[in-house]
Amino acid sequence: MERKKHRISVSERKKEVLAGLETLGSKIYDQLDKAIFPSIDMPSRSTDNIMYDEKLRQFILGGRRVRRSARNISHLKPFTQLVWAALFSNELSSQRKTSTLRDVYYSAQAYEMTFKDQQESNNIITDLETVLGLSREDFNIFPEERSAVFGDLTIEYTVPGYEGKTLDLTSHPDGVLIGPALTSSEFVKTSADKVIAIEKGGLFTRFIEENVHKKHNAVLVCTAGQAPRATRHFIRRLNEELNLPVFIFTDGDPWGMHIAMVIISGSANAAHLRELNTPDAKWSGVWATDIVDYKLPTDPLDDVDMKRLYELQKDPRYKDPLWRREIKTFMKIKRKAEQEAFSRYGLTYIVDEYLPNKLEETK
Amino acid sequence: MEKAGKLSGWEAQRDKRSEVSAPERPKGGMDMAQTFEEISAADFFYRNRDIAGFTNPSRAIFVAVRELVENSLDAAESHRLPPDVYVRLSYEGEASAETQIYKLRVEDNGIGVPPRHIPSAFGQILFGSKYKLKQQRGTFGLGGKMAILYGQITTHQPATIISSTGISKTYMYKLMIDIQRNRPVILDRKVLINKEMWRGTVVEFALEGDYFRAMPKILDYLKQTAMVNPYANLTFVDPKGRLYKFTRVTKDMPVPPKETKPHPYGVDVELLQRLIQITPYRNMLDFLKNHFHRVGAITAQKFLEFSDISPSKNPRKLTHEEIVRLMHMLKRFKEFLPPDASCLSPLGEDLLKTGISKELKPEFVAVHQRKPATYAGHPFIIEIGIAYGGEVPSRGAFIVYRFANRIPLLYDEANDVSLRVISAMNWRRYHATPEMPIAILVHICSTKVPYKTVGKEFIADRPEVRREMANGLRDVARQLQLFLSRREHVDRERKRLGVFSKYLPKIAQFSTQLACKEKIPDIEKLLASVRKYGTEEAQD
Repeated sequence: MERKKHRISVSERKKEVLAGLETLGSKIYDQLDKAIFPSIDMPSRSTDNIMYDEKLRQFILGGRRVRRSARNISHLKPFTQLVWAALFSNELSSQRKTSTLRDVYYSAQAYEMTFKDQQESNNIITDLETVLGLSREDFNIFPEERSAVFGDLTIEYTVPGYEGKTLDLTSHPDGVLIGPALTSSEFVKTSADKVIAIEKGGLFTRFIEENVHKKHNAVLVCTAGQAPRATRHFIRRLNEELNLPVFIFTDGDPWGMHIAMVIISGSANAAHLRELNTPDAKWSGVWATDIVDYKLPTDPLDDVDMKRLYELQKDPRYKDPLWRREIKTFMKIKRKAEQEAFSRYGLTYIVDEYLPNKLEETK
Repeated sequence: MEKAGKLSGWEAQRDKRSEVSAPERPKGGMDMAQTFEEISAADFFYRNRDIAGFTNPSRAIFVAVRELVENSLDAAESHRLPPDVYVRLSYEGEASAETQIYKLRVEDNGIGVPPRHIPSAFGQILFGSKYKLKQQRGTFGLGGKMAILYGQITTHQPATIISSTGISKTYMYKLMIDIQRNRPVILDRKVLINKEMWRGTVVEFALEGDYFRAMPKILDYLKQTAMVNPYANLTFVDPKGRLYKFTRVTKDMPVPPKETKPHPYGVDVELLQRLIQITPYRNMLDFLKNHFHRVGAITAQKFLEFSDISPSKNPRKLTHEEIVRLMHMLKRFKEFLPPDASCLSPLGEDLLKTGISKELKPEFVAVHQRKPATYAGHPFIIEIGIAYGGEVPSRGAFIVYRFANRIPLLYDEANDVSLRVISAMNWRRYHATPEMPIAILVHICSTKVPYKTVGKEFIADRPEVRREMANGLRDVARQLQLFLSRREHVDRERKRLGVFSKYLPKIAQFSTQLACKEKIPDIEKLLASVRKYGTEEAQD
């Protein structure tokens, strides 16, 4: 039943994307046809229009809107780029092909559209996301993938040539790349009862070797640092569609803490998008208090780390007591520890002792 | 001076002198001559040739070319004939390790010199006259003869002069100067048949010099001369046989200057003494009325009352002390009218513009002629030109061309008042920066150019001159600013239009495909509105 629900949402979303793109095209076409300089309205993404929504538990854009007009000479080029990006997305979606941000940058040149640099083309794609209220993965533009998943979960592909084919995500010991094919696939069945997201590839491999997926009945996700949007959306689906609780393990430093937070509450950069966060996910470690409690080998926090802590302290996402306590503890001990630090107690200590304790503690 | 008018530039010098000193023998006629009464004028200049600019072999050859070219230009211009001047320097042999012997030949199409005047015009050094004033080219009034004298001193060879006034005969003289006696020595004289009725003068003589060091200056000189003489043809063949040609682009010529009497504010004791020596008038009233510019009977009367001098006093009876007092009173009297500028011959805005355009080939040129002004009783006119872009190079500083009485000033630029005025100006206000390809031309014409030193290469910092230059510069700077901002605007508009005509068709194409339509919308109306919008702005 869950499976069916998602299939509808995938195909509906595809329709929604194509309809949105065509509407955008028609709007511009009609304006041109009436000899009016075409313009597009969209929510402003400037920092003063980004606010935190307590209900959604993520950043959203406020009510302020901006207008991109082809009459304004400084808008003209980005406007054209935006229309081109819409056309390009339309072609990708209707031909069921995928592309990367890097691809977009080069593809533009075939249309005699030039982007000054990768950043410029990325910005245009973000504009298109904002205009349509859809994320770029929806119109088949994916970032370079590097995160992976492993565990007892069977998926069914929807990408051309693989439709109907299924895959057991334990079939490859390195895990399966969370790429376009995986993110657009349907979930068929799983015996897992939780998701464990891990910041680092090394530990992800250790967990697989130590059969964490079996011992703890978990789907393992490697975020490889800051989780890409596709991965964040994938984690949300695991949580929403399969009702699996999510536990996040990162390094014990401000940066690791924030990797967990972005999975939970999303980022300001994606304030124009929805459904990338998993509000009920838990950060299970490594906490600053774990560093103290487990007497982990540490490195001192440097100036940049400390600066980051002060920033996080002011961040509306960090208002829960747990987060505040951990920030304070970091500031007090002025030390940080990596996940690998548990190896001082033997290679399996983290799996045999620490992990069960923390899963229990943050349940 | 009617007679002088018919003679060439060369001859005018001689003729003027004869009027001045006719009543008296040269002895005691002038202060200078009194001091050097034991030596001849030729001898004096022989001993003091530095004053005339013959300081070293490279400078000497430059000055020789310059003096002869100026004389040739004057000879044609005095009768409003568009000048054709041909200059040839040919290598004759080594003189020393660093210097060579060259033969200099200068031909012109001027009025020519009557045969009887040729020997003294070219073979006798004479003092110039200040009895009557007009703007003159020659910086010293005797530079041409000095060049011949210098040639004779350094090579011991005679000079050859060929001239015709356009009659059926041409006269050829070979001359040397007897330096001690200041007399021409005629070595050869030929009368030739002039079938073509050629008119003009050819001067040829050998001199020692250093052409290769002088070359840049000579070429600069010719180019700049061409700039302020756009009605002249200048041809130069250098010792290597290279040909430099500056071709006239117009036959319009400036109005020649009229001669005037000296203005009372500008006299000195020497001039007063000389006037007293020659005056036929026997009372002060007539003396003042007849010898001074802008002094009539009434003004003369008022002045004599003011200075407490009897109108009937015989000027010849004035003592030395009284002459000194007279000079001071003349300067103190406030009611003399300022000198008029009819004695000046500025180039005029049109010719200036023509000349700058021809030699610099700029993208933009603006010129301005100031109204006549005076300093210390001497009338002067400032003309300013500014050239931008085109073939004007950008050198990180403005290129400045300085002229005095249409002579290019090539030395001591840094000391010139024009440089100070230019650098004191706030060019930013006019949207001009030294990095831009900008050339500025400053021309002062005056009966007495306020040179700072005897070298006569730069203009002194006189407040009156400075003010006129500054005002003239501001005027052309404003014109340049207008041009620059207009061009900037046109550029901006062009770019703007370019952006619209680049992107609107693409928007049309992409949106047509995206909306799955067949026909691409017509964007011509939108482009036209952009264009119209642009022209409205341009008219602001």
